[in-house]
Amino acid sequence: MSVDTIDGVQVHLNDEGFFTDPTEWREEMVPALARREGIEDLTDRHWMVIRFMRAQYEAKGTGPSVRELGKTSGVAIKELYQLFPKGPAKLAAKIAGIPKPRGCI
Amino acid sequence: MRRIVILGAGTGGTLVANRLRRAFSRREASIICVDQDDWHVYQPGLLFVPFGLAVPGEIVRPRARQLASGVEFRLGDVDRVDVANRVVHLADGYELPYDVLVVASGSRLAFEDTEGLTGPGWGERVFTFYTLDSAAELGAALATFAGGRFVVNVVEMPIKCPVAPLEFCFLADWFFHERGIRDEVDLTFVTPLDAAFTTPVAAHHLGGMLEERGIHLVTEFNTGEVDGVGGRLISYDEREIGFDLGVVVPAHSGASFVTRSPGLGDGLGFVLTDPHTLQSQASPHVFALGDAAALPISKAGSVTHFEGEVLVENVRRFLAGEALDASYDGHANCFIETGFSKAMLIDFNYDVEPLTGHYPGPVGLPLLKETHLNHLGKLMFQWLYWHSLLPGRDIPGIRSEMPRAGKHLAERPKEEVTR
Repeated sequence: MSVDTIDGVQVHLNDEGFFTDPTEWREEMVPALARREGIEDLTDRHWMVIRFMRAQYEAKGTGPSVRELGKTSGVAIKELYQLFPKGPAKLAAKIAGIPKPRGCI
Repeated sequence: MRRIVILGAGTGGTLVANRLRRAFSRREASIICVDQDDWHVYQPGLLFVPFGLAVPGEIVRPRARQLASGVEFRLGDVDRVDVANRVVHLADGYELPYDVLVVASGSRLAFEDTEGLTGPGWGERVFTFYTLDSAAELGAALATFAGGRFVVNVVEMPIKCPVAPLEFCFLADWFFHERGIRDEVDLTFVTPLDAAFTTPVAAHHLGGMLEERGIHLVTEFNTGEVDGVGGRLISYDEREIGFDLGVVVPAHSGASFVTRSPGLGDGLGFVLTDPHTLQSQASPHVFALGDAAALPISKAGSVTHFEGEVLVENVRRFLAGEALDASYDGHANCFIETGFSKAMLIDFNYDVEPLTGHYPGPVGLPLLKETHLNHLGKLMFQWLYWHSLLPGRDIPGIRSEMPRAGKHLAERPKEEVTR
């Protein structure tokens, strides 16, 4: 675990870069968090996915998997990969300040 | 009289029905079990079919015959559950009102979620060992495979028995050795995970075992399309892996009726369930176990078995108006067949990942270690499955709660599961 400064605020991240305490996250941190993951231009579609991830986490205690995201977020899987290259569920979870989506055991 | 309805007569539905039948007299409760067919498959046996180590007829028995007398078995498709009015609607229009509903409908292979998977080339160059038919067809293809690129791919987690694809790789390595063509085969395991397995200690051991056997590992590959004619796996981020023979484990979903029953399941059709009491989040009258439940633990028969004990006690408590027992700890164990008549055992729960040591105590089967003894354990388990586990008898020394004695707990704790 490490302490990091995002947008001038101290937050706790684990080795992989996920928030260890999701309550430290603020929506204002999103552009800075996205830049750390190589996403410079945040579009409305990015925001839609990030807000959806956050809402799902708050309702259910865990973020959705890629396939679940594709079925329920309103953004198809192919587009999710364009928005968040390599791993949409992991990347969007990091930016949304929630733990790594589990259920993958 | 209370009405208990169980959806599914597989591992979970059967063992819960039989245990509930002993917990309630016939005057106290009626128990009805619904399934869409009468074929109970011993699913751990599917792994052995393609290698000629099991024949399909050996691992299938009638569902109805596994149920105790006093449990009614009904064949039918479930249309939906009306959670608010406590009624199950079958597709033929029949209605089953309940006081307690147990959802044990397992998971469904979502072939349709991967483009091209069952298109041209399916059954010729592309197979799965997760269905009896395809496992048998794969057997014929393996017996005549002349060598080339052989790929084993997991499309997405969660899947039933997350170690099975690795076991399949180990057995394929052994099988091609036996056929004398191992040097002709380029064997690759392709996974969406970032390592050979989900948890660090086991992933380290299992990754090492792939390497020792010369099996290539490709990680973080999310298959979006399978080209069965050209022999290609294509990922969503447009990477490609070529193959001459491909074995694909499709993505899994919950039973379709869960999606048609508002509030019951998550986006993939798995039932939203309390991880410790196994009561559904949709209604106190509904419980779920096994592959059907959306829980952060492996979809495996051992999990279903351990959950069953807690679930039956909670159905009893619920009907008696008592507080539920929140004791299910996520206990799971799996034999991992590693080829050459050896196997490995892993044992874990929500909080403790698979570690080395012995199970169920300091004197017992070795954990995370390949031995002939574990292989014999795996073979013996098939007998226990039909004769102890399904009838709902306790297996001596094997308890629902995960044992800690005998384990090297200092290795590394898993993150606490939050409720």
